[in-house]
Amino acid sequence: MKPPAFDYLRAETVGGVLEGLAQEGSNARVLAGGQSLLAMLNMRLARPKLLIDIMRLRELRQIERHADTVIIGAGVRQAELLAWPGLAEALPLVALSLPWVGHAQTRSRGTICGSLAHADPSAEMPLALIALGGEVHLRSLKRQRRVAAKDFFTGVMLTARADDELIEAISLPILGGARFAFREVARRHGDFAIVACAAITTSAGVRFAVGGVADVPTARDWPRLQGSALDDALNGFAYELEARDDVHASARYRRDLVRMIGRDLIGKVLQ
Amino acid sequence: MTRLKANARHPVRLTLNGKAVEAEAEPRMLLTDFLRLQLGATGTHVGCEHGVCGACTVVVDGMLTRACLTLAAQVDGCDIKTVEGLAPSADRLNALQRAFRRNHALQCGFCTAGILMSLDHYLSRHPAPTENDIRDLLTGHLCRCTGYTPIIRAALEAAQLAAATGKASDA
Repeated sequence: MKPPAFDYLRAETVGGVLEGLAQEGSNARVLAGGQSLLAMLNMRLARPKLLIDIMRLRELRQIERHADTVIIGAGVRQAELLAWPGLAEALPLVALSLPWVGHAQTRSRGTICGSLAHADPSAEMPLALIALGGEVHLRSLKRQRRVAAKDFFTGVMLTARADDELIEAISLPILGGARFAFREVARRHGDFAIVACAAITTSAGVRFAVGGVADVPTARDWPRLQGSALDDALNGFAYELEARDDVHASARYRRDLVRMIGRDLIGKVLQ
Repeated sequence: MTRLKANARHPVRLTLNGKAVEAEAEPRMLLTDFLRLQLGATGTHVGCEHGVCGACTVVVDGMLTRACLTLAAQVDGCDIKTVEGLAPSADRLNALQRAFRRNHALQCGFCTAGILMSLDHYLSRHPAPTENDIRDLLTGHLCRCTGYTPIIRAALEAAQLAAATGKASDA
């Protein structure tokens, strides 16, 4: 038996989740699909006193399409969003990047919001949230608030969520008329990204976002750049991300990927 | 609200390969250990215990599931299918298992239970897969013996045979 000992609370209401979080604070962890948290527990990198299982709460398992936004509840599994008929039309970037999250065998259980809560810097859903400029809906017993994507990720596996807050849902904007591109380099499809990039056309030009390099997924907005101006912007950005060497790839290789994939994706969406 | 205390055992009831079963588990007990140690269903193997190798893959309520990334407490009341549920009888393999045997799709067999569960689940929903579909599915499993090629051959052959005979995979 690998995980440390903890109490297990099978929540029957959202209020029950919030009470548990209020009482136990940093000693409690919310358990959704468990595809990151259980691995952390098995390696004893996390040692909570209480796990609060939210997956029996129907109200957290909704995908709601509004006029200009899609709201995805905390209990929505990655496979469920991938199978949602509106995905390709409303959220093309998610349709492109979600198949790169883990494997079929983990997407079947893992949730979208769980991946955001885990905040792995090389994960695809944090990158999509940053690239699209979505919002995270947080709720505690005392208050409800929405945090913009760029303020949510604060470091490697660190977020702006307070200890007593539940990620209730996220909202992602429907960017009608925009063009999207996504590409990832990993040793094997489904492994952690060495570099993952997304490009989106904007009214002023293009937004380019990179995951897997800096401590948090990072985006830049540029006008319609071409030729050497684009190369310079990408080169500057590649260095600003402060890539590090690790067992998977050197910092230099990561910078190369940012420049090359960036030029490709931006060319593709702006053509 | 059900709060299960850390250092006590609590009853977990589930359906295992069509049979109602019940045993006790501490909250921290993984589904892998629950299946193997509490229920004696040792067909599900324990490899990496952090979701990477795929040896422990089972089906929970129709979802492919890493049993090592799942607590026994989470699947209370669920319907679980493991490798023991594939063969139609004790002396007979199902069509996918027979294709594995014909194509030498296993050597040491450690990864096989998980791969069979993934393929059985996938083929029941996608009866005419391409080689790429099978390769993509197998990214969720590690096999250090076969080099994967015989596994892919067995999966495609099982799908073709099922299509030809118009029967499900346990024909």
